[in-house]
Amino acid sequence: MAATEQDILAGLGKIINEITGIPASDVTPEKSFVDDLDIDSLSMVEIAVAAQDEFGVEIPDDQLKNLKTVKDVLSFIQG
Amino acid sequence: MSANRVRVVVTGLGATTPVGGDVTSTWTALLAGQSGVETLTTDWIDTVPVKFAGTAAVDPTEVLPRPETRRLDRSEQFAMVAAREAWQDAGAPEVAPERLGVVVSSGIGGITTTLTAYDTYRERGWNRLSPFTVPMLMPNGPAAWIGLDLKAQAGVHATVSACASGAEAIGYAMDMIRAGRADVVVAGGTEAAIHGLNMAAFAAARAMSTRNDDPQGASRPWDRDRDGFVLGEGAGIVVLESEEHARARGARIYAYCAGVGYSADAHHITQPEPEGRGQIMAMTQALTDAGITGHDVKHVNAHATSTPAGDIGEVQAVAKAIGTHPLVTSTKSMTGHLLGGAGGIESVFTIKALQDRIVPATINIDNLDDGIEVDLVHGANRTLPQGDIAAVNNSFGFGGHNVTVVFKGA
Repeated sequence: MAATEQDILAGLGKIINEITGIPASDVTPEKSFVDDLDIDSLSMVEIAVAAQDEFGVEIPDDQLKNLKTVKDVLSFIQG
Repeated sequence: MSANRVRVVVTGLGATTPVGGDVTSTWTALLAGQSGVETLTTDWIDTVPVKFAGTAAVDPTEVLPRPETRRLDRSEQFAMVAAREAWQDAGAPEVAPERLGVVVSSGIGGITTTLTAYDTYRERGWNRLSPFTVPMLMPNGPAAWIGLDLKAQAGVHATVSACASGAEAIGYAMDMIRAGRADVVVAGGTEAAIHGLNMAAFAAARAMSTRNDDPQGASRPWDRDRDGFVLGEGAGIVVLESEEHARARGARIYAYCAGVGYSADAHHITQPEPEGRGQIMAMTQALTDAGITGHDVKHVNAHATSTPAGDIGEVQAVAKAIGTHPLVTSTKSMTGHLLGGAGGIESVFTIKALQDRIVPATINIDNLDDGIEVDLVHGANRTLPQGDIAAVNNSFGFGGHNVTVVFKGA
């Protein structure tokens, strides 16, 4: 059964909170990782590694750099 | 010693140890003769001949925010906890970043990260490694993270000399202030080495106690039945400051960090030189550097790790370099041996002894060994005289490194 966008958002919020301390409730689709959430590139790698484990989707480096917003990640994971 | 040389004072103390999560609880436990050594229940314990260690009394992950603990090796976590305590204790001094330094060392760095990351790499691939793996395993990591935390720019260093690392860091920090490179330096040592490989490797060197039926009695420096050291973990950090800077801001001054002596045995990679020439040289140079004589030294916090050869050699060297009169103790009887962290916590204890004028007794001495002429403190704590006195912390390391740091009452 495919995870719903809500499930993925909740899972992503949990991962981002664990890694950065940002409240999961602040992780909403329109947010930019760099501009809104102040997440640096190494933290993005940490998030990608955790997301790969959580959602079973490989995120290659050349794709990762295109994932600018939370919505970009949600779309990528949903394929 | 030149008369007009910059004098260095201690204005802050921080520690997290097997007997307490901060300086106050640790010092109280030491004065009560409490051991921090316990039987381990880790999943690898059946694979090693030593079944106990001095685990930190307060786990650093309970104190630090979760995002921070993810990026810090345990040795870095201890260092951060102790450094923040020391910095607050010093009154969070206002100092220009280019006048603030850090010298914090460990003996073996982020070794648990190294080993865990190796497993991850082998089993799951390179791209499952944390991007923070390198800063977690590098031995300068603890110093670097503290430097970042405090915005220190005058130089961030990690002197590595095995079990002398922490004391060497404090000596180097004092030298930085004397040389005019910094006004304030955060210095000390940290270690988090309770891992199966380390326990196995030290056991392979026949250096560890295997008194598995009596863990709290295992660290017994100078006792006839001692059989090796007991591994401990944690960190000890001091804030050093030029006297001028400390006085100008009205800081509380614990003690003078008055002198340091360094030497190398040039004898054997692990065994102490039997005549103690290297240790005597370090102690003698430290006294000269401090501008004092052996008579001024009333207390020695000894390196004494509970190994058959090392303990006696050290007190014989103390007798020759300083005299038989100082009150000598080994707090390792309670904390275990923190390796690179030892010089850090034991400098904190030496300073506390000067401040409170009391020397905690070495525990577990049931039958004092032969060949000891110095005044060993055991059975009960002993008081130190009032007045202008000095105390010494010795730290020696594999490789033949000897470091002696002299503190004087403020």
